[in-house]
Amino acid sequence: MNSDRAISICLQGCSKTFLDGTRALEPLNLEIVAGETLVLLGPSGCGKTTTLRMIAGLEHPDAGGTVLFDGEDVTALGIEERNIGMVFQSYALFPNMTVAENVAYGLRIQKMRKPQMQERVREMLAMMRIEALAERRIDQISGGQRQRVALARALAVRPRALLLDEPLTALDAQLRDVLRVEISQLLHDLKMTTVYVTHDQAEAMALGDRIMVMSHGRVEQLGAPREIYHQPASAFVAGFVGSMNRLRGRVGTDGFDCAGGRLSWHTPGVEEILFRPEDVRIVEAPVADLTGRVTASVFLGERTQLLVDVGDAAPLVVFADARKAHRVGETLHMQVDPCGLLTL
Amino acid sequence: MFRKSLFVAQLCLTLLVCLFLIVPMLLSVLAGLTENYFVGLSSGLTFRWVIQVWQDYSDTIFRSVWIALACLAVNLVLGVPAAYALRRANNRWARAFEELLVLPIAVPGLATALALIAAYGGWSALRTSWLFILIGHVLFTLPFMVRSVLAVLGSIDLETLEEGAASLGARFMQRFFHVVLPNCREGILTGALMVLTLSMGEFNMTWLLHTPFTKTLPVGLADAYASLRLEIGSAYTLLFFLMIVPLLLAMQFLARPRGKSRNAATGKPESQSIIKEPVTP
Repeated sequence: MNSDRAISICLQGCSKTFLDGTRALEPLNLEIVAGETLVLLGPSGCGKTTTLRMIAGLEHPDAGGTVLFDGEDVTALGIEERNIGMVFQSYALFPNMTVAENVAYGLRIQKMRKPQMQERVREMLAMMRIEALAERRIDQISGGQRQRVALARALAVRPRALLLDEPLTALDAQLRDVLRVEISQLLHDLKMTTVYVTHDQAEAMALGDRIMVMSHGRVEQLGAPREIYHQPASAFVAGFVGSMNRLRGRVGTDGFDCAGGRLSWHTPGVEEILFRPEDVRIVEAPVADLTGRVTASVFLGERTQLLVDVGDAAPLVVFADARKAHRVGETLHMQVDPCGLLTL
Repeated sequence: MFRKSLFVAQLCLTLLVCLFLIVPMLLSVLAGLTENYFVGLSSGLTFRWVIQVWQDYSDTIFRSVWIALACLAVNLVLGVPAAYALRRANNRWARAFEELLVLPIAVPGLATALALIAAYGGWSALRTSWLFILIGHVLFTLPFMVRSVLAVLGSIDLETLEEGAASLGARFMQRFFHVVLPNCREGILTGALMVLTLSMGEFNMTWLLHTPFTKTLPVGLADAYASLRLEIGSAYTLLFFLMIVPLLLAMQFLARPRGKSRNAATGKPESQSIIKEPVTP
């Protein structure tokens, strides 16, 4: 629909210091390619929302920072002049208007003629499949429906870019999964430049063309979801995205000697090896790399999650077959896929 | 059995208390309609006193209504934006100012009136005008308007609503009239109700501020009670009731919460509607 209008967004040296002196964002340079979906991922207080609000025009960068839309400097413009669509965590729907009036609001501000406006509203409601709700009041619809109204309202004005601030956080888990798939398809169809803020790594993986992981106002890593997951650039990214096992040790003649056994790693100079739980297989003693004792066993439905103490500070996380019960205290032999071994 | 007798006892007590409060009002109304109150109802009922009050005092009634409406207008123009500004500022100074605003209620009306007279009484054009009374009434009623609007503003996420409107291109004035005002409607109506009734009934301050040409209804009432027959004063009270009660009812009707009843009628239970949502486009 809007592919011809997708814009690139560029932040140059944008930092943000709040009035009380706290630094929310260290100077940030960021290039968002036209039509891509960039997910800002990180724990609360990492600066992701500040970055989004800066792109939106709700916050202004400290002196020296510049925000460019398609090369045009929009730093001084407020949000009402930037022509972006925004979806808020709490949706910010107007309780004094019906669903249709909410969706039409941006068009009313643009002084669009009535027949055109009605046509556009109908189109938006149809796209989000909420035509039946047009005359409802906001307090008469469910959380998931509000979410769709918020998206329809943001898209109705044909914005230059779409900004979403944790749009699924307020919903329950089941609905979140459904809407995640829907939003993913919608963003794919729209091909609109999109910035999506979340603290949920599964959401980030599912939606992002690229993910920017942030912590303490800094960028930890910027890359494709697979890159972020399989080649984390820092200990923070490794720990924040998915679960990660770490073993300390040193490289000897036959591999990496560590608590619980030996891993097949030969590049010298390494003191810590990381690997994901899914790269660990439970095997018989003769072929095992590592041996440990089960300290906890949690049945998760599709699998069993075990905590295994191998003698290092933190226990390893290991996934076991859901049909096989492992008792606490049992001795476990494990093999780690050499392709899954990482160092920082 | 015990519970039933307890209920009856409570009902009787409630009715007695109601009676205790209502009887004086009824007597007052009756006194205004009785030919001679000291003789009693046997002297017959009459509209004579009501008519006499209307002839002698209708100007005070109209003046009171006029001042109350003007007071409401000033409150809407000053009080609503003031509440909005206080809510948006939301800092130490704003809270201190909010406390200051309540002073005219805490200070006796007589004191406020005396201060106004001491300061501006020499300005005879103002002193003899109804505007002088209006100033006093606005001072006294403004906190009620500001507070009831603030209470509603405090219960909605105003910043996010405004940001939502701004993201759709709305400028400040558009946001204020399209989003802020409609969403504090209930606060404004509650405030308006208080302002109108307080201004209509205000006596303390008005008694000092008025001149023979700017008497309001309560001041006229005091006059009537002090210098005329009890029947005339009572007839005056009756007229006051007749004016204020429909006003109160109308305002209550306007201020009733909107949409709630419709919601109960058509709204599905939240969880149900979530489950029934289609899964894929």
